[in-house]
Amino acid sequence: MTTTTLAGKTVEVNDEGFLVDPNEWTEEMATELAELHGVATPLTDRHWVVINFMRKEYFENGTGATVRKLGKASGVDTKELFQLFPKGPAKLSAMIAGIPKPKGCI
Amino acid sequence: MTNAATDNALGTAEQKATIEKVSIIVSKGSLEGIYPALIMANGARNEGIDANLFFTFFGMDAIHKDRHDHIKVATVGNPGLHMATWAGGLPGVSGLATRMMEKKIEALDFPGIPEFIEMIHDTGAGVYACLASVDLFGFTKEDLIDEVDEIITVGDFYEMAAGGQIIFT
Repeated sequence: MTTTTLAGKTVEVNDEGFLVDPNEWTEEMATELAELHGVATPLTDRHWVVINFMRKEYFENGTGATVRKLGKASGVDTKELFQLFPKGPAKLSAMIAGIPKPKGCI
Repeated sequence: MTNAATDNALGTAEQKATIEKVSIIVSKGSLEGIYPALIMANGARNEGIDANLFFTFFGMDAIHKDRHDHIKVATVGNPGLHMATWAGGLPGVSGLATRMMEKKIEALDFPGIPEFIEMIHDTGAGVYACLASVDLFGFTKEDLIDEVDEIITVGDFYEMAAGGQIIFT
């Protein structure tokens, strides 16, 4: 565990860079997290559809959605998910949304 | 300097070994021969790893329009099923085992093979058929599902796989 400064706030992150406490996340951190992890900024409305869906999933079910669930339920299909987050939509959107990496093989 | 040397020795997140590309060969036509390969290809894309699927020999059933929705569990010569070999060969047993497996897959909300391949293709993974197998089985491009990007030779495959990892199932 290390600490880092995002949007002027000091937060704890794990080895991969995921926020340890999702409650510490603010919307202002999203752009900085995206830049840090290679997602094109500025974040568009479509990015935000996914980010907001991930946070909702996490707070309702205790884990973020997998790519399959995102594709089926977020309103953004698989192809577009990979255009928005080319290096892994579930992992990167969770990272930007300040929640832990989603678990699941599919 | 000292810090960099220490970081190297400890293997920090930045210096951790990564896989950039996988090329997965599917050579078997059974559910247990195909499904794990699909999980690996899909999982690779979800981690941001480039992935290609190459179907050859009986694995071609997974991309054959008339067959990809009828992939069965192998009940003969499969000790993992804990069933006598003679019982596995009885009529209907393979169908029964397949239906049981499909029910479990559905209960977990995992996709069936046709939907899974479509999804993997949507993630940007390449789907290829082996030219030798297409010739051997007398198939044409029209026999294969739309997700198949191309029918390629083994030479093309190696060219495509260069610099990455190759997995054979």
